[in-house]
Amino acid sequence: MLSRTADHLFWMSRYTERAENTARMLDVNYQTSLLPQSTAVAQVGWQGLLSISELSSAYEGKYGAINARDVMDFMVRDEKNSSSIISCLKNARENARAVRGTLTTEVWETQNQTYLEIFRMLRNGEFERDPGQFFEWVKFRSHLSRGVTVGTMLQDEALHFMRLGTFLERADNTARLVDVKFHAVQSDFYGAASEKDQEYDFYHWSAILRSVSAFEIYRRVYRNVIKPERVAELLILRADMPRSLAASLQEVVNNLKLVTDDSTCETVRRAGKLSADLQYARIDEILATGLHAYLTQFLDRVNELGAYISRDFLVPATS
Amino acid sequence: MSGAKFDEMNAGDASVRAHYQSYQRWLERQPDAVMQARRAEAEMIFRRVGITFAVYGDKDDGNSETGGTERLIPFDLIPRIIPAHEWDSMERGLVQRVTALNRFIHDVYHDQEIIKAGVIPAEQIFQNAQFRPEMMGVDVPGNIYSHISGIDIVRAPNAQGEGEYYVLEDNLRVPSGVSYMLEDRKMMMRLFPDLFSQNRVAPVAHYPDLLLETLRDNSPAHRAEPTVVVLTPGMYNSAYFEHAFLAQQMGVELVEGQDLFVKDNFVYMRTTRGPKRVDVIYRRVDDDFLDPLAFRPTSTLGCAGLLNVYRSGNVALCNAIGTGVADDKSIYPYVPKMIEFYLGEKPILKNVPTYMCRNPDDLAYTLANMKDLVVKEVHGAGGYGMLVGPASTNAEIEDFRKAVQANPAGYIAQPTLSLSTCPTYVDSGIAPRHIDLRPFVLSGKTVQMVPGGLTRVALKDGSLVVNSSQGGGTKDTWVLEDDNYATGQSQTQSQSGQSQSQSQGGTK
Repeated sequence: MLSRTADHLFWMSRYTERAENTARMLDVNYQTSLLPQSTAVAQVGWQGLLSISELSSAYEGKYGAINARDVMDFMVRDEKNSSSIISCLKNARENARAVRGTLTTEVWETQNQTYLEIFRMLRNGEFERDPGQFFEWVKFRSHLSRGVTVGTMLQDEALHFMRLGTFLERADNTARLVDVKFHAVQSDFYGAASEKDQEYDFYHWSAILRSVSAFEIYRRVYRNVIKPERVAELLILRADMPRSLAASLQEVVNNLKLVTDDSTCETVRRAGKLSADLQYARIDEILATGLHAYLTQFLDRVNELGAYISRDFLVPATS
Repeated sequence: MSGAKFDEMNAGDASVRAHYQSYQRWLERQPDAVMQARRAEAEMIFRRVGITFAVYGDKDDGNSETGGTERLIPFDLIPRIIPAHEWDSMERGLVQRVTALNRFIHDVYHDQEIIKAGVIPAEQIFQNAQFRPEMMGVDVPGNIYSHISGIDIVRAPNAQGEGEYYVLEDNLRVPSGVSYMLEDRKMMMRLFPDLFSQNRVAPVAHYPDLLLETLRDNSPAHRAEPTVVVLTPGMYNSAYFEHAFLAQQMGVELVEGQDLFVKDNFVYMRTTRGPKRVDVIYRRVDDDFLDPLAFRPTSTLGCAGLLNVYRSGNVALCNAIGTGVADDKSIYPYVPKMIEFYLGEKPILKNVPTYMCRNPDDLAYTLANMKDLVVKEVHGAGGYGMLVGPASTNAEIEDFRKAVQANPAGYIAQPTLSLSTCPTYVDSGIAPRHIDLRPFVLSGKTVQMVPGGLTRVALKDGSLVVNSSQGGGTKDTWVLEDDNYATGQSQTQSQSGQSQSQSQGGTK
């Protein structure tokens, strides 16, 4: 397959996944902001959201002080913000359009329809009317996009590069989400002091779980009260939790192996090592060395891996 | 313009022509609301499928939904119908014409017999900007240059008021529009399946197969499995949808210039598994942009070194470089003579009578009759650089007159044909609008085509300009498979009432 085609497919999936995860993060913030908490706490939530996307200064330059309405506008409909949901969906569609001949009709039409719909919805004020409903819609379109991909594409390189993009992006996004949400908790990791804070903690952690569709999964896996270290374990190390770092990296490795016949390839080695590190890690060890440091390093390694994939497959050096 | 008119569906005496009668009876039964709903549905589907084109120099059409540069080509619900006997003759005429044009291009770049015989003046060829000296003496597979030819055909009433077909223009470089022919048919079958069970409409969906066969026929080396690619200028080109569509339908790669490179006198594409050799390039990029080393040095749309590989016979280009020398408006008047010269046959398809302003007599006639003529720049395309006398103001005519006087050889003139009309949906209901037809002729080991072609329709009342860049639309084009039209009652598949459940088990 053409390197350029693979590049477009890879990025089409990354942008689709990014739009979904941005919607998830906005949704969890929006839902928690409805809880009876101080403005300061809500503020911290929105600030965190901007900082994990590395967008704090871009936001402040444009809007100044942080408030929910502006942050949501910035992250949803601001076409100047390349990480906003509308920019992601637009970029996903532009990448799809560049290789529409490689996609099945259903995959292309799903991308194109999503793009046409979001402009219509934003124009009609559907986002303002019900943000929760809007975020649901973004998630649903991403589910649809993934489903129609797996359900209709030939299982060849095109599909593998699309899957590669999906899971690399997901690993990145989940790591950022975990990082900011654990960072946001000022109190000691092992339990809040007052009863009221404990209650707040419950809502905090359950919102995080819900944002990655893991609330019910948590209950099934642990059959126990919600504790932050278990939440961390679930989202980082559980290979059977579909949005965890371990599961995402496993898929990255699987799909990388399918697009290369060179087993000594450095890209594959790095991906395999990163995946193995997750596979054999323990949550108490990670927490002992510091979660934030661990995740920062993880994000660097994912970033590097993306550069290697690009160099080996997507934008090879000229002949 | 003569007062005579010719409508494809309605004869002058208010009767419906035989080949339209079955359709007419069907149309009468359709409630207006249903047809309007179908129109809306068609537009919605075209937008969702992304069958759009970009407009040059029109950055903002006020439609933020599509980023501003993508437009739909309006699709009209009423088909243009061609009876079998008319198509048979047209098809023979097209094979003949395209065969002669290919012989001509080969001759131009080899022995130039036609010039030696004095049929075409030498300067008409050598002073033509489309003549490519780089192609002199280069042998191409099968001596075929124009593998994909779009021949524009119009119909106008003759003295007896009968419709007469004329070739208006040959397009031998990178003719476009075939995807609309295919998508229009798909749309019609989706919206009105019953029409196709009532009428025997010749299918067109196998065009990509014929195209692939043609491209493979032209593979250079004796490669058992030639690698064919479609070369596009990229997704911002007005015909990008078509490039992507054809590549997908043929199952070949859609490449851009940046995906190709030349090494050791072969062309390769960059793939995820290293370089892969390319044998046949169906290029949708103009000659000028194909190779920055040979042509326009600033072009990033082509591939450096491509011309040398091509001249060595290590890659095939479809269409060949230099075909423009044969589809230029200054060469057009000679095509009937070419047919006689190369094939020894009488032309089956007529040319529109043409005044070549390079001849003093023709120039004088043109200048004296500009109000009644269509005057065209010989290198113009897409409906630009053209004056339609009867539809122009005096000021426009005077401007054009000056241009013609300044450079007579740059212009030809033709009588304003009263293009045939076809009933078409417009805001006020159904009204006659002018149409043309572009069949796509494929030349490989044989010359072949799918029945019909792309019918374009000028949606503005009285307009003769059908180009999509100037507000034209398209129609599905039906070639009926036999002349025994379904003039009797159409058969209906009356199966209603039949139980759908063959056996639901469980019954006693």
